[in-house]
Amino acid sequence: MTLVLEAAVLGILTGGVYALMASGLTLIFGVMRIINVGHGALVILGAYLSFALFRTLHMDPFLSLVVTMPVMFALGVLLQLVFIRPLKTDREALSVLVTYALALGIEGVLGYIFTTNYQQLRAWYETASFEIFGFHITYVYVFGFVLCLAILGALFLVLYRTSFGGAVRATMLNRTAAQLVGVDVDRVSALAFGLGVATAAAGGVVFGITNSFNPNSHYDLISRLLTIIVLGGLGSLRGAIIAALIMLVTEDITAVVISPVWANFVFFIILIAVLIIRPQGLYGVRVRDRI
Amino acid sequence: MRKPVSMIVAGFALGLSACGNSSNNASGSPAAAAPITIGVSVSLSGDFSGDGKALVQGYDLWAKDVNAKGGLLGHQVTMKYVDDASSTSQVVTNYQNLITQDRVALVFGPFSSLLTIPASVVTDRNGYAFPEPAGGGPAVFAKGLHSIFFVQPAAVEDNLVSYTKFLLSLPSNQRPKTAAYATQDDPFTQPQVDKAKSLLEAGGVTTASYKVYPAETTDWSPLALQVIHANADVVILGTQEPDAVAFAKVFQQQHYNPKSMIETTGPDQGKDFADKVGAKNTEGIMVPAGWTPAAKAYGNDKFTIEFVAKYGGASGDISADAAEAYSVGQVVDQAAQKANSIDNKKLIDALHSGTYQTIQGPMSFDSVGRPQGGVGVYIEQWQGAQAIFVYPSSVAAAKPEYPKPNWP
Repeated sequence: MTLVLEAAVLGILTGGVYALMASGLTLIFGVMRIINVGHGALVILGAYLSFALFRTLHMDPFLSLVVTMPVMFALGVLLQLVFIRPLKTDREALSVLVTYALALGIEGVLGYIFTTNYQQLRAWYETASFEIFGFHITYVYVFGFVLCLAILGALFLVLYRTSFGGAVRATMLNRTAAQLVGVDVDRVSALAFGLGVATAAAGGVVFGITNSFNPNSHYDLISRLLTIIVLGGLGSLRGAIIAALIMLVTEDITAVVISPVWANFVFFIILIAVLIIRPQGLYGVRVRDRI
Repeated sequence: MRKPVSMIVAGFALGLSACGNSSNNASGSPAAAAPITIGVSVSLSGDFSGDGKALVQGYDLWAKDVNAKGGLLGHQVTMKYVDDASSTSQVVTNYQNLITQDRVALVFGPFSSLLTIPASVVTDRNGYAFPEPAGGGPAVFAKGLHSIFFVQPAAVEDNLVSYTKFLLSLPSNQRPKTAAYATQDDPFTQPQVDKAKSLLEAGGVTTASYKVYPAETTDWSPLALQVIHANADVVILGTQEPDAVAFAKVFQQQHYNPKSMIETTGPDQGKDFADKVGAKNTEGIMVPAGWTPAAKAYGNDKFTIEFVAKYGGASGDISADAAEAYSVGQVVDQAAQKANSIDNKKLIDALHSGTYQTIQGPMSFDSVGRPQGGVGVYIEQWQGAQAIFVYPSSVAAAKPEYPKPNWP
């Protein structure tokens, strides 16, 4: 397999991991119109929770999601009740400050408990691979990609096949109108925030196996996740998936064809070009119109 | 969306500024035998947080030792640490504050050339001696400052010289014909790799691939793929620990087995590295190192025993960063005795003459603080799940494994 093709495959597989991490962020924005800049820290928190279970109980990182996702869901609901719900005016701007403070708090607590040393989750599938045309595909990326599809599929089912999903979509479409027709917007928001944070736990596991991380890793992560949801269209799950794949494939191919120095730059050229043509991002308006 | 994202992001960006008062009396000596404070900016968060913590351990252990023997020329020492978050701007603010507001008697260096360079300008402007454990890139000395002293056996750019000597000393039928290089654009890593490249090319080893990547890179997989495609006999990587781990993992995933592989930082982190890569996967990986717990250098046995007693673990787990920090204290202690003063100007003069004994071996400094006449940097290799010295033979505890065993 040629180097470019290998880089493209790698980009798609890594893109799945980023799509998973970005899905919660875009869902939260779609429902609540808040920019959760603490989402990166919540991803790292998810990775640390799995790390703690791995270290103390030798629990497989993917299996640990059975524990960490419900815990993170509950944490998300609690955070929404305590920090987000009180924001009644200028939610978009204030939410940035509040969730940034949240990120710093999480970073501080993690640093205190786990120290700032880099950690990494270990599992048999982190280096085990199978071969296709001479290129070895590592199981962890395949598992991560499947997990991404499963969780995003579940999210789509919840959104389009349940009454709760109808309430979520109504809130995403028009918060005030949803309230007027009897949707308990506060409840929907709390549960949606919980769902978004639970997906962060899932993203954190795959990120934690494929990357070294420490409590400060969220800074780089959130900047990339925000970029993904801006390209995909704020509030669009489908957009987040497509944008994550575009970002990682572009960066990986640029890194091998031109130089790693240009990897981000080329992606941002694409981002700017898309935003000039479609300021709402790839799927921003279309999805919201359809909803 | 009611507001453009750019407005939100702009609102999110908070500007911080700091200012400090200049002081002309910072180099004055405190009253005789009065306790003194030594200030250090350390990276307790950010990219260098692991190394920062190791520096604190080394500095603290030296302070404990020097206080136990009566203090630094009779002055009991207290260490004051401030976190620079691995930031080149914060490190400047920190030293400015330590000198002008906290009025510390002495300052010791932070981690990395990246932070040492801007910090050295501040300390020099205020007349402070700046012995430092981890800033040895060419750019550190290029400033021509008379007050900085790099307390390691050799300038950073020479770190891989021993490795190139080892490769070129191999019998011609074993000597590598091609080499692949990848390095961060960091003043610590890139000069080492560049010098190794020029020496190997001069020795007849063809460059199959050479890539420089931004220090901010977080996804190293495409770079590792490029190195793999070069299919070189040896791989030389200018890494910190996270990318050192990532390269090793991708090589293993892709079943790429170079004859030899060396990384500038990462494999020297003992158990921390083995935990991430997997102990059995470390076999044969090399790293340049100036210090080993087993070295028969001045005070090294005492340091190793005390370190394990204070922080736990095994001697093999001790980070070289901690040993380098401890050496800074040793050098300053001997310079103070030689100058019979802890006045910064007198310390600077003293440090520019004579030889100082450290747990890394003897060292002296030229006019810009570059280490001179030291014992040089050795090669460490992971064998049997521990890193041991393998080259040169004068310090080797075992023969180098060449070619490197295949990944398990």
